[in-house]
Amino acid sequence: MPIPVEMPKMSDTMEEGVLVAWLAEEGDAVSSGDIIAQVETDKATMDLEVYDDGVLLKKVIPAGAAVPIGGLIAVLGKAGEDISVLLAGYDGAAGAPAEASTSEAPVPPAGDGAVQPAAPDAESDTTFAGDDGRLKSSPLARRLADEHGIVLQQVAGSGPEGRIVKRDVEAAIRRHTPAPGVSSGYRMPTTMIEMPAEDVSEAVRLSQMRKTIARRLSESKFTSPHFYLTVDVDVERAVAARARINKQAEAAGGVKISFNDFVTKACALALRVHPAVNASWGEQEGVVLQHRHAHVAVAVAIDDGLVTPVIRHADRKGLAQIATETRELAKRARDRALQPEDWEGSTFTTSNLGMYGVEEFTAIINPPNACILAVGAIRDEAVVKEGAVVPGKRMKLTLSSDHRVVDGAVAAAFIGTVRSHIEEPLSMLL
Amino acid sequence: MAVLQLREAIRAAMVEEMERDAGVFLIGEEVAEYNGAYKVSEGMLDRFGADRVLDTPISESGFSGLGVGAAMAGLRPIVEFMTFNFSFVAFDQLVNNAAKIRYMSGGQFSMPIVFRGPNGAAGQLAATHNTAVESLYSYFPGLKVVAPSNPDDAKGLLKSAIRDDDPVIFLESESMYGLKGEVSDARDYMIPLGKARIAREGADVTIVAHQKSYWRAMEAADRLAEAGYDAEVVDPRTIRPLDIETIAASVKKTNRLVVVDESNPFASFSSEVACQIQERAFDWLDAPVMRVTAKDVPAPYAKNLIEYYMPRTEEIVAAAKQVLYAN
Repeated sequence: MPIPVEMPKMSDTMEEGVLVAWLAEEGDAVSSGDIIAQVETDKATMDLEVYDDGVLLKKVIPAGAAVPIGGLIAVLGKAGEDISVLLAGYDGAAGAPAEASTSEAPVPPAGDGAVQPAAPDAESDTTFAGDDGRLKSSPLARRLADEHGIVLQQVAGSGPEGRIVKRDVEAAIRRHTPAPGVSSGYRMPTTMIEMPAEDVSEAVRLSQMRKTIARRLSESKFTSPHFYLTVDVDVERAVAARARINKQAEAAGGVKISFNDFVTKACALALRVHPAVNASWGEQEGVVLQHRHAHVAVAVAIDDGLVTPVIRHADRKGLAQIATETRELAKRARDRALQPEDWEGSTFTTSNLGMYGVEEFTAIINPPNACILAVGAIRDEAVVKEGAVVPGKRMKLTLSSDHRVVDGAVAAAFIGTVRSHIEEPLSMLL
Repeated sequence: MAVLQLREAIRAAMVEEMERDAGVFLIGEEVAEYNGAYKVSEGMLDRFGADRVLDTPISESGFSGLGVGAAMAGLRPIVEFMTFNFSFVAFDQLVNNAAKIRYMSGGQFSMPIVFRGPNGAAGQLAATHNTAVESLYSYFPGLKVVAPSNPDDAKGLLKSAIRDDDPVIFLESESMYGLKGEVSDARDYMIPLGKARIAREGADVTIVAHQKSYWRAMEAADRLAEAGYDAEVVDPRTIRPLDIETIAASVKKTNRLVVVDESNPFASFSSEVACQIQERAFDWLDAPVMRVTAKDVPAPYAKNLIEYYMPRTEEIVAAAKQVLYAN
């Protein structure tokens, strides 16, 4: 009996996966645990393992195609085995990936050169079977791209096996050069410049991550009633404490603490004090889930999106451990190497745009959390202390809360606790 | 200008050069009394006499060697092969004697000799009588190889070949002897060896083709034009020395190249052009160089097979569309 290999659910939010690359060829013998392909989910690029021994009889979908969970990806079995019955059973599903990829992502016409792999041709998937991942381009295409500063990786090839040829690069050049006249073959028009409408925008294919961000944050903002509380925190002591800690860490070869690590720790401690904030709205179950542990997610910006890896039990961890874990998770996030356990299970989230000089902002709650804390930049301010204007350091924190779960007074008490921890870092030792 | 057949244009070149230079003579099988197997030398015996238009026995090695000796002695022989298939029995005289004597004598001898005659396939003549030799003879340093596609080029190039002090293999075509075209009657009408001709200007794809293949290429260009593609046709005219600069300039303009050649494909004129173009114009190529050649087998006899064996117009169109990514 041939064995189907289906798109697994690789994360709790995944609805479909894109088969990024095949790592095995048709006819290869595979055994349980072998990795035959890489799949891009909404969060990361993950390995697709097989759980059976056999021969890879058919790669049902080409590299680059999106497949819904449960969709047929490949067929294993004995060499020469008839797989037509199995394929027929998946007729809808096998057809679905192609439909899904065309209906969900705005695939530009061939030769338009959007950021996407060459449009896979269902007829010629054998030509993709030998795809070694090389970017194929004609010598002329490479030279033209070089001369015009076009990144070949962002050009779709319309030639055989996705080869990028002259017309593809020229299309990309046209998109990057709004006004005609650069080519020596044309005279610069002196009056009206015609700008074709289709050249004004570039269609960038939605990544799985972007689709997920769009879906989840829309859902959050449209269903949970947000309200916002902003406090201005005196961070003079925290800044001084951090400087001392890092000076010692440097001398001892230890890890350096970022200011955000203070925020993570302060939030985790405050969540223990205010369990009503460490909660999730459970409409279907008719409950508010109050979480026993304080798992603080930290938003990390990566190419084309963001992820929110979780520092578990942050209330019980020291600053050094929080710093080490955060740095490691952020690095893996940027490498797209996070695994589901790294981002699942948060009870609260922080988002910090202070490093961009943002003074304050409001964040959208990261479901199923009840609150998210937006962290602004540390500012040098003139402050009044004991009746005198003196130089001080301030930072704004803005808490977004889901009013279904958290009321204003509760949120205010929570952010007050966070504030007092940051204003007096020694309190976090208690 | 006069409209001449290819055979008449060749004859005009020989007659003019024999009138101009008493050292020029014609030697070969049936060139004199019979007026030439293909009537190329018609009337020349009457005009120049038996001292300068000489019939020979059926002995290509003999009369080729005689020609080599005469050239060494300062004459300018024109040696006619009834077909270049028969030049193979004079191979040593051509590739070892004619091609190498200037080099081996340290320049003491020049070799002002022309070997001429029909080249390539001419229908149902079977494997031994249908060989295209341009790839073969252009292999040897010391030999020049000329392969004109029309009467005017034939006349101008043959006059240059006769006046050249090195051995020239001058390739004609049995099936093209009756081809008519305007021919210059200027007395010193010379077309320099080693100069290609852009026969048709185009922007999208370059097709290099000579002799019979040239006409197939022009047909293909018409068909491509109907499909909206603007082909440039380059007739190299001289196989060696090859005007690679003209071809490379064309490829730099069109970014695509198809070479048509009725030689067999292996180690051939077409492979040489493809190689030199990738060396010179790699960064201008938008597609691999494609070749359309005779099939890589001895020429078949059967009518349908010999037609299939030769480079065909539809193959040229298909190759051009392939490099245009138009399929």
